[in-house]
Amino acid sequence: MELSNNIATTLMNSMKNASDWVTFAYDAPFARAVVFGVPIGGHLFVEGLLLVVILFLLSQKSYKPPKRPLTNKEIDELCDEWVPESLIPPINEEMEKEAPVLESAAGPHTIINGKEVVNFASANYLGLMGDDKLLESCTSALEKYGVGSCGPRGFYGTIDVHLDCEARIARFLGTPDSILYSYGLSTMFSAIPAFCKKGDVVIVDEGVHWGIQNGLYLSRSTIIYFKHNNMESLQTTLEKVTQDNKRTKKLRRYIVVESVYQNSGQIAPLDEIIRLKEKYRFRVLLDESNSFGVLGGSGRGLTEHYNVPVEKVDIITAAMGHALASEGGFCTGSNRVIDHQRLSSSGYVFSASLPPYLASAAITAIDVIEANPKLLTKLRDNIKTLFTGLLGIQGLKLASDILSPIVFIVLKESTGSTKSDLQLLQDIADRVLKEHSVFVVPSRRSTLDKCKLPVGIRLFVSAAHTESDLRKAYEALKAVAASVFSTPQN
Amino acid sequence: MITIPYITALTTYFSYGLLFAFGQLRDFFRNIVDWWKASNLQGYAPICLGLEDFYIRRLYLRIQDCFGRPISSPPDAWFDVVERVSNDNNKTLKRTKKVSRCLNLGSYNYLGFAAADEYCTPRVIESLKKYFASTCSSRVDGGTTALHAELEEVVADFVGKPASLVTGMGYVTNSAILPVLIGKGGLIISDSLNHNSIVNGARGSGATIRVFQHNTPSHLEKVLREHIADGQPRTHRPWKKIIVVVEGIYSMEGEICKLPEIVSICKKYKAYVYLDEAHSIGAVGKTGRGVCELLGVDTADVDVMMGTFTKSFGSCGGYIAGSKELIQYLKYTCPAHLYATSISPPAAQQIISSIKVILGKDGSSRGAQKLAQIRENSNYFRSELQKMGFEVLGDNDSPVMPIMLYNPAKIPAFSRECLKRNVAVVTVAFPATPLLLARARICISAAHTREDMIKALEVISRNESGVKYAATAMLCPSL
Repeated sequence: MELSNNIATTLMNSMKNASDWVTFAYDAPFARAVVFGVPIGGHLFVEGLLLVVILFLLSQKSYKPPKRPLTNKEIDELCDEWVPESLIPPINEEMEKEAPVLESAAGPHTIINGKEVVNFASANYLGLMGDDKLLESCTSALEKYGVGSCGPRGFYGTIDVHLDCEARIARFLGTPDSILYSYGLSTMFSAIPAFCKKGDVVIVDEGVHWGIQNGLYLSRSTIIYFKHNNMESLQTTLEKVTQDNKRTKKLRRYIVVESVYQNSGQIAPLDEIIRLKEKYRFRVLLDESNSFGVLGGSGRGLTEHYNVPVEKVDIITAAMGHALASEGGFCTGSNRVIDHQRLSSSGYVFSASLPPYLASAAITAIDVIEANPKLLTKLRDNIKTLFTGLLGIQGLKLASDILSPIVFIVLKESTGSTKSDLQLLQDIADRVLKEHSVFVVPSRRSTLDKCKLPVGIRLFVSAAHTESDLRKAYEALKAVAASVFSTPQN
Repeated sequence: MITIPYITALTTYFSYGLLFAFGQLRDFFRNIVDWWKASNLQGYAPICLGLEDFYIRRLYLRIQDCFGRPISSPPDAWFDVVERVSNDNNKTLKRTKKVSRCLNLGSYNYLGFAAADEYCTPRVIESLKKYFASTCSSRVDGGTTALHAELEEVVADFVGKPASLVTGMGYVTNSAILPVLIGKGGLIISDSLNHNSIVNGARGSGATIRVFQHNTPSHLEKVLREHIADGQPRTHRPWKKIIVVVEGIYSMEGEICKLPEIVSICKKYKAYVYLDEAHSIGAVGKTGRGVCELLGVDTADVDVMMGTFTKSFGSCGGYIAGSKELIQYLKYTCPAHLYATSISPPAAQQIISSIKVILGKDGSSRGAQKLAQIRENSNYFRSELQKMGFEVLGDNDSPVMPIMLYNPAKIPAFSRECLKRNVAVVTVAFPATPLLLARARICISAAHTREDMIKALEVISRNESGVKYAATAMLCPSL
């Protein structure tokens, strides 16, 4: 109490002193002095004083907390204390499940556990796997060139069949040029970053596969998703993007879609997409992995299916591991688009080229498709048979388009989480394989995959499936579904 | 570390400057011409942009005949290079029917398995007949045949790890597996000269990426200490995990990784080691088991071993080898395993057969001979090049030997001169190397004979491009 009183008194005293000083300064005789006719007010003295104080303060070093970098000992301690997570999470039962091992080729019929089964897990759409002409061309290429190319395309990894294959694809599709990639998955995730950079705008369907998702992520462009295969959603997104951003005109803008979605079996309405693209002046990147050699009157894919001139789509990519029964992938488009990739597409520049026998298989496959349009009709009939056969299946529903070679069945009612859905579908698939010798697979998803669409059972229909194979498949699925869903689920 | 001579750096900068200036001038006139012609792409931003496009049009196209030369035979010790002609100043190149038989110093055919092989080829064709060219399915669906299962066992056994996973492309192996192992909150410490697939994999993972000086363990230690002490940026939370990514042999440098030092540092700081053996597996080590064998590192100390089959094994694809749990986890979630078509069965068979030859399981000593040959060839060729006064990078035993060219004009000069005398060499420029450090890269194979190498050395030595930098530096040490 006394102390605070004391402080108050001291403060009062010093205040009084200060005000005395000020009064003194004002009243000082020289304060009324007149220099060259200008009267010097007392305030000049105060200002002079302030200036001195400012200069004094400026001359002082500003206060900085002293920097004390960690000593070596402290760093040692921190390093010792740090406990990293394990490289991988603990293995659980779900992860232990191994894929079935095929004891013969993955053709329409294959052998699993010593038993012949009908195979609906291979995207051998046209049944070209094991075709005599393909085998012949592969054999002669293997004898001539060996297996691998031992180098990237730039460094003597270009073999004449690669160039022939590129020309053949371009001729088949009616595009100016095309470029081969050594792996289907790498096609999209290399081609996209070659054309999209930071700042560019990409409107993309939410159902695209991981290859595209990864390509978009690597490109660092602005990515905007629209509702799966929903053209109204695409239009509103396009409208919004164009309106919101005045600079949009100066940016590169793309719409990225798949022609037949691997994650749902839906077919993209290309005519509508082209109309919107032209209206809002976007470019279109189309992944034809599951439609090349399948859709259209002669297997030229989605553009032929919708009668859209192929040059309206700016960039087309496709994997050759499906209908062509080979491996690798290609991208096709204008000369400028293709030439640009030859130096800027990382999966092309920095990777060994496609083994020559696979390029020669692809050439032969296209020859076969062109010579046998009947294969396409057969495939379409098969898809229709399976599709109609599966209608009315208990507890499940068809999510795919009637023309899609991927027949996609999803649960009518989700069990609550993707994980438990997948488990249920896996159980169904396992039972179908075990009890009915029909090999079907659920659409398993990587933890990296951002796709939100429901998981399902995927059946890859082939032109090589017979009527009885297809009947066996839908009857098996229906029987197992009936027994699974009739017992109440808990 | 490459130290570029002062005068050379100056002339190299000058050359690029000149190319750039003329390119810009030509673009200026081109734009005026284009402006007169109405463009049909109004409202679209140009699809190819900026300096990258400029580089391709104005620099690369001038010398594009030195790259992507097509061949019409297997990439063996000698091969047929298809001649190309251009009618529009190198803008487009047309193939002709003519071929020239050239000595191949460019392919990664380290053990000579590129061409038909008495043991491998019949087995490959047999597997083609049994399993066909493709499975048309991903590994997790219907793409795992008995052959794939066998392959993974053979590979795991060969590299000395409990289990392995094989994919159909080496590039994808790196770029799809790194994101599975590490994500946000993790730290990837990568050698500054790591391959693009690692860079892309690291970027795709979302983890923080830091770089240490190429092949410098002391700097790695510094970076590790600094970052463990600091924790994550801004939040300073401790890192979830740290992965150090190195390569066995650096493909553009020919240098062998200082693995023992790096492994011991990683052990000390509890970081995981990811080793990319794309160029070293099969090519170095007493039995071809890569840098671990060469440098005496226990494979148990390397957490993730990655490699490719495109090089020594003459096939395609890549592998990841590690603990049983690691592989199990990868099989559960790796996109390359879940979504990509499985490796083509004949290619898988080629790998199995070539490994058998390397290990002598074919009943002959051809594998051991090949391994001895590649070592002898590489060391002979490297020492001869150095004697001639070229600036050669890389370590002994490494079959990759870059010769520094620096100047942009020397790239086509060196390449065309050699080709004229029937020696095919690879020249590497931007974007595969830094702009200033253009080089020619020689890859020696076990298939090369002594006569082949003498011929090659003679042609390279007589080359009049003036690239004997080491010799000039000796003559005028003041520069």
